[in-house]
Amino acid sequence: MTKETLCYVKKPGMFTTIQDLGRFGFQSQGIPPAGVMDYYAFTIANMLTGNHLREAVLEITMTGPVLSFASQAVIAITGGDLQPELNGETVPMWKTFTVQEGDELSFKGPKQGARAYLAVSGGINGEEVLKSKSTYVKAKLGGFEGRALRKGDKLTFTVPCNSLSTGKGVHSELIPSYPSTQELRVLEGQEYTAFEKKAVQSFFTSAYTVTNESDRMGIRLSGSHVTQKNKADILSDAVTFGTIQVASDGQPMILMADRQTTGGYTRIANIITVDLPKAAQVLPGQKITFKKVSLEEAHSLFLKERKQFASLALALEEKL
Amino acid sequence: MHPIRMEAMGDGGLRVVFGSSISKKINQKIRAFTFLLEENKINGISEWVPSYTSVTIHYDPARLTFDALKKQVMQRCNEAKQIDIPPANVYEIPVCYGGEFGPDLKNVASHNQLEINEVIDLHTAGEYLIYMLGFTPGFPYLGGMNETLSTPRLTTPRSLVKAGSVGIAGNQTGVYSLDSPGGWNIIGRSPVKLFDVTKKHPVLLEAGHYIRFFSITDTMYETIKKQIKEGTYEVKMVKEDDV
Repeated sequence: MTKETLCYVKKPGMFTTIQDLGRFGFQSQGIPPAGVMDYYAFTIANMLTGNHLREAVLEITMTGPVLSFASQAVIAITGGDLQPELNGETVPMWKTFTVQEGDELSFKGPKQGARAYLAVSGGINGEEVLKSKSTYVKAKLGGFEGRALRKGDKLTFTVPCNSLSTGKGVHSELIPSYPSTQELRVLEGQEYTAFEKKAVQSFFTSAYTVTNESDRMGIRLSGSHVTQKNKADILSDAVTFGTIQVASDGQPMILMADRQTTGGYTRIANIITVDLPKAAQVLPGQKITFKKVSLEEAHSLFLKERKQFASLALALEEKL
Repeated sequence: MHPIRMEAMGDGGLRVVFGSSISKKINQKIRAFTFLLEENKINGISEWVPSYTSVTIHYDPARLTFDALKKQVMQRCNEAKQIDIPPANVYEIPVCYGGEFGPDLKNVASHNQLEINEVIDLHTAGEYLIYMLGFTPGFPYLGGMNETLSTPRLTTPRSLVKAGSVGIAGNQTGVYSLDSPGGWNIIGRSPVKLFDVTKKHPVLLEAGHYIRFFSITDTMYETIKKQIKEGTYEVKMVKEDDV
C-alpha cells in the first residue's frame, strides 16, 4: 500500500477535520471519543468507496473547503448538502466519482444539513492517537496535527489495491432529508424526575431553536424553560453522545461528539442512537422537537439500521 | 446497605448506581466492581466510566441485550462484595507553591486567616482520593481537602490557566491537566504532566487511587521539568498501606 498526496487545501472552509468513528476506551480517563458527528453519512461514504467502516474521512462543516487534487482518486460525498462542485460543475452526493490530478473541489454552501462527509477510496491518512484518527481540537489530538485544516495543508491517502468503478450510489430511500424542523426521539434521562412536571410537558410539546453557540461539543437550544424542582447541579457523572443537559438557565443543551466525558448538570433525556445523525445536521436557527420512546423501541430501530447497513454493504460489494 | 440500582443511559449505556453521595465507601465498591469488569470482561461492552456514585457501561445493543448485560453486571456486583482488591497507590506530585506559579496563594491564605506556610503545610498534609477522571483528559476529581483551605471560585475566571496548575475551588482541590480557562484559585504549579500525549499511556492517574502533594522550590521545578522532557523523571508511587 503506497501513500500518495491526495490534495492541497487551497481554502480550509469553516471547520474541516479528519474524523473516524471515534476514540473509544478512554472515557474513564477523561478523554472524549470525538469522532464523526453523523455516523450514518460517514458509514455510507466509507461503504461507497469500498473502505473499511472505521476508515477516516473529512468532516466538512457548513462552509466547505477548496481542495486541489494531486492524484487520481475515487471519492464520495454524503451527509448535508453543501453543494459540492468539481471544477465549477455540480457533482452528485451519495455517489462515487473520480477526481483527476489538477481537479478542484469546492462547495457552494449549505442547502440542507450542516455537515458533509468526504471519503476517499483507500482512506485519508491521519495521525492515529489512542487507536483513532479522530481530531479532538481541544487537546490537539489525532487527525491532522490535532487541528482543523488550514490553507496550504497537504493531505495524503492510501492508494487502494483495487480500482473502483465510479458512479456507485445508494437508493434514494437511504438518503436522508434534513428538514428545518427536526423531531428527535429520546429516552428518559437520569434526572428526569428532578424536573417540574409542567416543565417536562413543555419540553415535549414545544419547539426549541438551535442557537449559534452550537459546535462539535454540543448544541445549545433556546426555548421554553425547563425548570428543576430543586437545583440544576448534580454530582459530576458520566454523560453520553446525545445526553440532553439542562443547567440553571433552564435551556437544554445536547451533548455531541466532542462532549466532556462527565457533566455536572441535570440530564433530562438521552437521544436515541439512530436519531443522532439528525441532530448532527441541524443548523442554527432551525427547530428541534422531542418525542419520548421506550428502550425497546430504540433498540429495535438500532438493530433495523444495522441490518440495513449489512444488506447495503452486500449490495455494494456485488456492484464492484 | 444501599441496594444497587441499574438504569439505561440512552440505548447504548447502562448506569450502575452504588449510592448518592461522595464517600470513600462507595468509591471502594466502585473500585471492586470495575476491577471485576476488567478481570472478567463482558462481550459487547466497549468501556465504562466510573464517577462519584456510579459506573456507566457503554455497550453495543447488537451484540449484547440490555437484560443480558444487567444479569452479568448483577453477578459482578455480587462477586465484588467478596473480593479483596489490591491496595491503592499514592501518587506523589511535586508542586512549586506561590510566586508566579501560584498567584492566588495569598488570597487563599488571607481568606482563611492563615499564613502562607500554613496553607502549604495543610495542602501537602492531605491525602486525596481520586474519585473520578473527567472534565478534561486526565483531570482528577479529588476528595479529602482540609476544609480550612476552602475558598470560593474567582468571580471572573481566567481565560488561560496553564496545565499543571494546582487550584482550590470551594471545598475541592485539583490539578489542571490541559491549558484551559478556569476559575479556581491557583496556589502553585506542578511540572508533572497529568496528560501527555507523547506517552504510551497519556493519562498519569487512575480513579480509586490517591494523590499527595509535596512542596518543591523554583530550582527543583526547573530540574524536574527538564527531567520530564528527557524522560528520566518518574512520579513516585507508594502503596496506601505503607503510608
